[in-house]
Amino acid sequence: MTEMLQYDFMQRALIAAALVGLVAPVIGVFLVQRRLALLGDGIGHVALTGVALGYLTQTSPLLLALAVSVVGAAAIELIRVRARTGGDVALALLFYGGIAGGVLLIGLAPGANSATLTGFLFGSVSSVGEEDVAVVVALAAVVLAVIGFFWRELFVLCQDEESARASGLPVRLLSLVIAVTAALTVVVSMRVVGVLMVSALMVVPVAAAQQLARSFRVTALLAMAIGLLCSLGGLTGAFYVDVAPGAAIVLLTLAVFAVAVAAGYVLRAATGRARVRADGPSPGPDDPGTVGTMPQTERGSVSR
Amino acid sequence: MTAESVAERAGADSGPGSAPPAFLVRNAVVAYDRVPVLHGVDLTVPRGQVLAILGPNGSGKSTLMKAMLGIVPLVSGSVEVHGTPLRRFRDWGRIGYVPQRLTAGGGVPATVREVVASGQIARRRRLRWSAPSDRAAVDEALDALDLAGMARSSVHELSGGQQQRVLIARALAARPDTFVMDEPMAGVDSENQRALAAAITALRERGSTILLVLHESGPLEPLLERGVALSGGRVVHDGPVPRPSGACARPGHDHVHPHADAEAAAAPSALPEFEVPRRD
Repeated sequence: MTEMLQYDFMQRALIAAALVGLVAPVIGVFLVQRRLALLGDGIGHVALTGVALGYLTQTSPLLLALAVSVVGAAAIELIRVRARTGGDVALALLFYGGIAGGVLLIGLAPGANSATLTGFLFGSVSSVGEEDVAVVVALAAVVLAVIGFFWRELFVLCQDEESARASGLPVRLLSLVIAVTAALTVVVSMRVVGVLMVSALMVVPVAAAQQLARSFRVTALLAMAIGLLCSLGGLTGAFYVDVAPGAAIVLLTLAVFAVAVAAGYVLRAATGRARVRADGPSPGPDDPGTVGTMPQTERGSVSR
Repeated sequence: MTAESVAERAGADSGPGSAPPAFLVRNAVVAYDRVPVLHGVDLTVPRGQVLAILGPNGSGKSTLMKAMLGIVPLVSGSVEVHGTPLRRFRDWGRIGYVPQRLTAGGGVPATVREVVASGQIARRRRLRWSAPSDRAAVDEALDALDLAGMARSSVHELSGGQQQRVLIARALAARPDTFVMDEPMAGVDSENQRALAAAITALRERGSTILLVLHESGPLEPLLERGVALSGGRVVHDGPVPRPSGACARPGHDHVHPHADAEAAAAPSALPEFEVPRRD
């Protein structure tokens, strides 16, 4: 363990990974509830265009990725509201436009080629510089502050958009807040786990936590804990076994998800049996306590 | 019905107090993708009234309710809520909205207590922990719907009827005086229907304004003071709630009372009635 910490690049990587693991699931819990789990992935592809633009203009790829992905996140909200497309189609447009733009622009940039993009696609922990760590710390603080500030409003919005409107909440603004903080989170995570795996860190810890928790708050906290532990664990494992850190982190979250699904089954079966013992004989399979909720018909779209 | 007669009714119904009506809708037109759904609806809901908007599917009753809350935009016309134009209305803590269903969304769990407490969003100060009075209001709302025992359960594990009770408790948590409920009885088993009817009766006794959107008056009929029937985006009946057996309860019929007001309520049989079959 101490051997790993002797390297400066590993110290920087661990700080960045810890922040990503902590921040990504916070925004992810709202994205999952809004059925926009793939939004992070879509924004990640747009961020690639920003990275390429950064190389083309010889400026900071990270900052341009930030600017372009914020614009892309706002665009997706606009497409969802204005054009007659579902949230998933708007995401698809973002995916294709982003990756095509990235590959096209990087080809025009002097001294860079699509291999440069690979570093951002899959993460390149060893290239995390001190400036990168500073940007990651600042952005993580901004994302946590914004989500904390709007927590209650975002909870209502993600439960049900009509009720949010009927409570006088600025639904468009709050949707934009989610999209823009998601974009910030993607750029925060890009250096460490890579664009392709950003969405995984947003979604998989939440998916694992929701197997075990019964409340929204516990789900969010548990997802943060899972994200943090998997980021640090994946990076440490990758250092000793010498595999790609981004892939190691994501596969670790997926393993946690699989364990959580199994644990959730056992947990629910146990509480179910306890409930039956407490309530006397079971009312049978048509027990009114287990009617499924109506699935939201419009995926991640804004009501008119 | 003309705007003038609505204004007269408003004057007659609002009683001795000079408080503005809970809702005042004038010539509301709503269109989805430029296809009009409401064709100029006038509606005045005096404070303290229990009113049902009735009509078959596609009659525009849910759209009218959503337009009254600003959930869908008006193409033309106006809505006032407690005397303030909807656009400038800020006192959302007075409005308790009960949607038709609890949406599952992406399935992130939330406890009954979390959902009920979220109803206080319009009243709560930002970045503050909940005050004892806030928590007391949540407890009260949970008790009113007999949910105290389930407060820590995930809402997604409950039955449809129990979820409906959670939604009403959520609306209660901000202690509003005006309730708007979209089909609260739809798909609810009889035991939960009784619990819901009891809760709505208690609200009525407190003098709350209650606006219900109903497919049919059903088990809530004894509570309703007035029924407004919509068909094809127009008001076709305004007055006492049509009996389920009566002709005006039949969907697809224009039911025109020449004097759809208190006189009609007193002696409906003495007045001539015109039945006009309606083609949509």
